[in-house]
Amino acid sequence: MNPDNGKITIDAEGCKGCGLCVEACKPGLLSLSGRLNHNGYRVAEYAGQGCNGCGLCFYVCPEPGVLTVYKLVAEGAFA
Amino acid sequence: MPEYRPVQERSRSFFPLFERKPDNQNATHYCPGCGHGIVHKLIARAIDDLGIQDRAILISPVGCSVFAYFYFDTGNVQVAHGRAPAVATAIKRARPDAIVISYQGDGDLAAIGTAEILHAAARDENFTTIFINNAIYGMTGGQLAPTSMVGQKSTTTPAGRSIWNEGYPLHVCEVLNTLDGPAYIERVALGDNKMILYAAKAIRAAIQAQMDRRGFSFVEVLSPCPTVWGKDPVAAQQWVRDEMTKVYPLGVIRDRDPWTHPIPVPPPPFAFPSGAPPLLAKPDEPVDYRIKVAGFGGQGVLLLGELLAEAGLQAGLSVSWLPSYGPEMRSGTSHCHVRLSSEEVDSPLVTNPNVLIALNEPSLRKFLHTVEPGGWVFFNGDAIPADCARADVRAVALPMTSLAVQTAGDAKATNMVMLGVVQQALHLLPAAAVDQAMHSLIHSERWLAIDHMALNAGSHRYQERCHV
Amino acid sequence: MTHKQLVKGNEAVVRGAILAGCRAFYGYPITPASEIAEGAARYLPQLGGTFLQAESETAAINMLYGAASAGLRSMTASSGPGMSLMQEGISYLAGAELPCVIADITRGGPGLGNLNPEQGDYFQVVKGGGHGCYRNIVLAPDSCQEMADLTALAFELADKYRNPAVILADGYIGQMMEPVAFSSEFSAVPEKNWAVKGTPQTRPNFVTSIHLEADALERHVRALESKYIAMGRDEVRYEAFHADDAEVVLVGYGIVARILKQVVTQARGLGLSVGLLRPITLFPFPSLALGALSRHASRFIAVELSTGQMVEDVRLAVEGRKPVELFSRVGGNVPTAAEVLTFVRSRVQELCHA
Repeated sequence: MNPDNGKITIDAEGCKGCGLCVEACKPGLLSLSGRLNHNGYRVAEYAGQGCNGCGLCFYVCPEPGVLTVYKLVAEGAFA
Repeated sequence: MPEYRPVQERSRSFFPLFERKPDNQNATHYCPGCGHGIVHKLIARAIDDLGIQDRAILISPVGCSVFAYFYFDTGNVQVAHGRAPAVATAIKRARPDAIVISYQGDGDLAAIGTAEILHAAARDENFTTIFINNAIYGMTGGQLAPTSMVGQKSTTTPAGRSIWNEGYPLHVCEVLNTLDGPAYIERVALGDNKMILYAAKAIRAAIQAQMDRRGFSFVEVLSPCPTVWGKDPVAAQQWVRDEMTKVYPLGVIRDRDPWTHPIPVPPPPFAFPSGAPPLLAKPDEPVDYRIKVAGFGGQGVLLLGELLAEAGLQAGLSVSWLPSYGPEMRSGTSHCHVRLSSEEVDSPLVTNPNVLIALNEPSLRKFLHTVEPGGWVFFNGDAIPADCARADVRAVALPMTSLAVQTAGDAKATNMVMLGVVQQALHLLPAAAVDQAMHSLIHSERWLAIDHMALNAGSHRYQERCHV
Repeated sequence: MTHKQLVKGNEAVVRGAILAGCRAFYGYPITPASEIAEGAARYLPQLGGTFLQAESETAAINMLYGAASAGLRSMTASSGPGMSLMQEGISYLAGAELPCVIADITRGGPGLGNLNPEQGDYFQVVKGGGHGCYRNIVLAPDSCQEMADLTALAFELADKYRNPAVILADGYIGQMMEPVAFSSEFSAVPEKNWAVKGTPQTRPNFVTSIHLEADALERHVRALESKYIAMGRDEVRYEAFHADDAEVVLVGYGIVARILKQVVTQARGLGLSVGLLRPITLFPFPSLALGALSRHASRFIAVELSTGQMVEDVRLAVEGRKPVELFSRVGGNVPTAAEVLTFVRSRVQELCHA
């Protein structure tokens, strides 16, 4: 199986559970989990695969550092 | 393992940890889904991309974004409600190489600070304003904003904004677009993914305009306030997209080319006049002239007084000149107090003059009774009117305006005829000091000639009269 | 120093300011202060400085906030109604610890009042006027020379304490002309490392007046308070004129002090033991000097162009040890020396009968 083009990480402690990223993600890979962070917010969760690295979730997220979007480095790109 | 690199991550222009914030230093103080956080990220991204973090100065307003300086690792100035454009104006003028980004909400910018934003835009100040329009007062808990929409409920419009009571919402971009000043005006929205990406571009374009010294740049951002609107963040986003954009149409409203006016040439090096030592030394015998000069506005009352003071300074005396001022300078009567003294002048006010110079009859009537017994009265008229004459003062009455017209060709030289008369009568000041004063205060050669003629005419006329 | 030149008080302010390194003036025209703005408009552009006529006094004082934040020596000038409008901004300047100089050339009030000299701005300038526990440094010139000298001092003190400083002068001091000797060179301006200049070194700097946590604001207000206490210790200035041995001590500032000097001279000529204490700093007020005089003087008379504002500070200084009275004219009227002398004589006679 080919690796995904993108991936994201979510800082669960900074997330406020607004759900804008869930709405923004076209492939529907984000959801609000049942888990609460220490502030009591339901945090957003990435399904773990399928991300294409489009970055829309990053743009709609109101928090500066909660979402980080990565892209796959093409093999040999930094060789 | 496949290798990934971050493509969208926390901007360098944000602090890694919000240490200025009292608690929860990992997250902003904004509510879930708040538009401020999104716009902060767009601004920080633009600062990163444009490479201006060291030059950027962010101005935080009053409102929910009052603490923007918790987050931006740039220069920060927090300001009074509505006055960000005034503060930004002065910062940018003080530091033209700084990139000044003024951040304001709708109450701040479109209500209390309407005058400041309008004038900064009209002056085409070269800074960038990001205007967050969420149609409500967030920080104070949901009161009417100037941009609240007709029918919109708020805590101060419980039945909804009424055109009969609150009138209509303010369309700031459109208002600013009536001005010649602004270089760039755009309205964007945080209504969906696409709109947010447009907003990112607009903010960057506006800051770029400032960097290119194109002038005032302005981006209005229609922004959700889920908490106060009482909507969940997604519904709030949809309301921005579906409702707000109907009232506030999106788009670039102004994008003009840079002005081509020539930049003003820097002025020549500057020094205040250094002055010169007095022409003459202080006289040996004590001098204490307390002079009141009075007449109607336009008779040169204040100039005559100033000439006496300047000549007194040239003659080595302590002097003061105190005018009546205010609207009476523009019409009606005018007077001034002049003191010429060999001692230090204590009070510059002359209540009981020992010399009264009255250039018209109302002034004579107003001040004659104040003259110290034994004092001198000089009156521009044929004679002191019998009903106000005083036996205990020395009075000189001459038709000085006629003399000015006859000898100098201009009634405006009446004050100089008077000076000639007073000088001849009292030898108040050395002629050289008077001459020097005239040269310092009368800048036109033509008037200097006219005034000298008038001075001499006054002096001769007084002499003739005394010898008759 | 230059040779003496005959200049208006208002002109002396602007020249004094520029020689002290002022490079930004933001103001709004108002009689009887407008010549200060006009002078700044003439001179500042020639020095690479900024002059801007603001859209209001509110804008002007906030522009000063900006210029001060950016580290420039900057000033504005106004009078009664304009000062009222500026109070909010002055509170922010004090709260954010920004140095600036404001010249208040007073006129008659309340409301539009009139254009003649009055001293009814004392409360709003000396006691605050804006919200919160702050103080302005207040200097009260009584001559055109002092208009220049105290303006320069105001810039020094404003920077020293990072606090607004106000030149409080009445319309007569602003409008009259006297010979003034100016400094022949520009002062060196201190480096302001705290300012926000849009440079790498100043990137960590920020200016604010909000401290949301009660403990944080208390710390801040206490820090401000300690500056005001230091000013009270180190910056009091006054002129005593035949005051040391006087039975009756007159207290007045600005144009009134000039009249009172004449009164004292005339009274002494009549053999009356009268002296003058002229506060040069109204905040900090010369309370200790007045308190010391109250040990031997029998009576204090505050003379003011108001219904009694400074007199309250005189009373606080004298602490009830001796009677303190007010002699005042208002509405733009100024007492004559003869009027004051008559009043003083009546009080001296009272003392003799007592």
